[in-house]
Amino acid sequence: MGSLGLRHALPLLLFLLLGFAAPLLAVIGYSVMPERTFGLWQAPTLENYVNVFTSTSWISFLTSLTFAGLTVVILAFACYPIAFGLARTFGRWAPFLTLLFTIPLFVSENVRMYGWVLFFIKNGLMLGTLKSLFGFEIESWLFTRGMILLGMVYVYLPFMLFPMTLGIAMVPKETRDAAYDLGASRFQVFREVDLPLSMPGIVIGLLLSFVLAVGAIAEAKVLGGQRAIPITHDIEIAFTYSQNWPLGAALSVLLMLVVGVLVVGVLRRFDLDAILGRR
Amino acid sequence: MTTRPVLLELRGLGKSFGALAAVDRIDLAIAEGEFFTIVGPSGSGKTTLLRMLAGMEQPTAGDIVLRGLRINDVPANRRPTCMVFQSLALFPHRTVGENIEFALKIKGVAPATRKIRALELMRLLRLPEDYYPKSVTKCSGGERQRVALARALAYDPEILFFDEPLSAIDYKLRKTLEKELKDIHRETGKTFVYITHSLEEAMVMSDRIGVMRAGVMVQVGTPNEIYTAPRDRFVSEFIGDVNIMPVRRVEGGRLRSDAFATDFTAPRMPEGFAAGHLVVRPESLRFVTRDGEAENVLAGRLYNEYALGSRIQYQVRVGAPEGAHVFIVEKLRQQAYAGALDDEVRIGWDGRDSILVGD
Repeated sequence: MGSLGLRHALPLLLFLLLGFAAPLLAVIGYSVMPERTFGLWQAPTLENYVNVFTSTSWISFLTSLTFAGLTVVILAFACYPIAFGLARTFGRWAPFLTLLFTIPLFVSENVRMYGWVLFFIKNGLMLGTLKSLFGFEIESWLFTRGMILLGMVYVYLPFMLFPMTLGIAMVPKETRDAAYDLGASRFQVFREVDLPLSMPGIVIGLLLSFVLAVGAIAEAKVLGGQRAIPITHDIEIAFTYSQNWPLGAALSVLLMLVVGVLVVGVLRRFDLDAILGRR
Repeated sequence: MTTRPVLLELRGLGKSFGALAAVDRIDLAIAEGEFFTIVGPSGSGKTTLLRMLAGMEQPTAGDIVLRGLRINDVPANRRPTCMVFQSLALFPHRTVGENIEFALKIKGVAPATRKIRALELMRLLRLPEDYYPKSVTKCSGGERQRVALARALAYDPEILFFDEPLSAIDYKLRKTLEKELKDIHRETGKTFVYITHSLEEAMVMSDRIGVMRAGVMVQVGTPNEIYTAPRDRFVSEFIGDVNIMPVRRVEGGRLRSDAFATDFTAPRMPEGFAAGHLVVRPESLRFVTRDGEAENVLAGRLYNEYALGSRIQYQVRVGAPEGAHVFIVEKLRQQAYAGALDDEVRIGWDGRDSILVGD
């Protein structure tokens, strides 16, 4: 029975190995190859990893982590009230509002970014209108760090909002009623019941949006005008213009490690099953 | 009604959702320390009524009066009442101890004092002390019931509301917990208002029972009153298996059954009674072998029998096979019918063992 199952699962296993594990192994393999080589059969070396910390790449690392961190913090505070409303108070308007938050996902991220450019550019939709109607001369906000952050918050909002909404919706009404019935104020019900029991949704939202945000590149390029260089930009340059695959691979491996350690750490810290009462 | 002072009074209490009256102008007084049970089928409005009493639902008519004070506008978290929910609504992210201490924590009681009280309640509810740090999710169904009750008692409410807390429990455990609940009621002296759809459950535990139907409290009385003197056909059928025959009053103080083309001797006849239903409980029916053995006799055929532990229930069909009237006879095992299925049998009862009810 077991061998029959294994035989049936073999095509899928091979597909997963080829599609998922093989590229990862190739990247790991390249990361320990000498600089600017294209083969995988040379003596391994850690010089690429050393180069990351002796060049400016570590600044890009910090830039990406900082922007991703700020993005998730802003998203957490911005999304929780919206998610709470969607799950509890908006009633029949909730599906319509959910649709409004979902529609942007149907459009390519780059197209949306250029939409923002047209909106904020000098003499564009907003500034041009203000100038022609009221004579206001306002400096464009484009190509600033703040604009990069705004773009990232905008792009990753659904990835924080929907897991959060789900998390809040999963808190049983009777459990909240019970806390209120036992003398808790509305705020105490939120603190003692809503927040801890919706934590799985919050944690998933935080992780999802952080992992996506740390790999963001379009916002810095299109809205930031290279005002800040994220690590993904360095990786792209290493693999393309520099033709230095081993350095690009080492940067990728380090990024995966940082994100992986963070995800595992957070999941260990927040025992989601225990929060949900499954363990 | 006992001589104890009235604690909770409902005066014309109602709740409507649009044109639908979920609870229809109920007047009721519940005494201090009473175990009052509201029974009714699904959709009868009992949960809506309880939620109004607990402050989780706003009445659209009438008043809720607690110790003489109108509390309609007092929110649930300020009422001296507490609810044990159908789902129990325990906090899954908290331990047994933390669940029990919740209300005390909200009141700002010091942790050491909270723990002492929690352990006292655990002893009262027969929960082992080493359960204090245990996650509630690891407790069995019965233990979770006890934690929910201890948590509510920790709030020290004047009235404890129960919203069908035993409905999802297996029969054996339910029977045990019914008795335990009654014991705890006695030990704490609190007022319990309990809702259930099981009249059997209500009979075991309650001082008084209120039967609800379509938002109306159709009868309030002691378990004995409800059982022996149901007000109408709905209440009599709700109590359990009964034999019901439409009858009308005829001369000589007798009752005429057109369905069986015969007269029956009447029980105590309600004043002004003209037509209604004659109710005979299965245990009041007996197999008749000699003439004159019962005041009222019907002939039929023994169709089937069902073993109910210490009792046996028989199904007797009276009349032509198509459209026969089904009668249920219940006997103790030691009084079991000696014949066989499909026997021609006669069943009978005395007038005093039957009840007359309206529609």
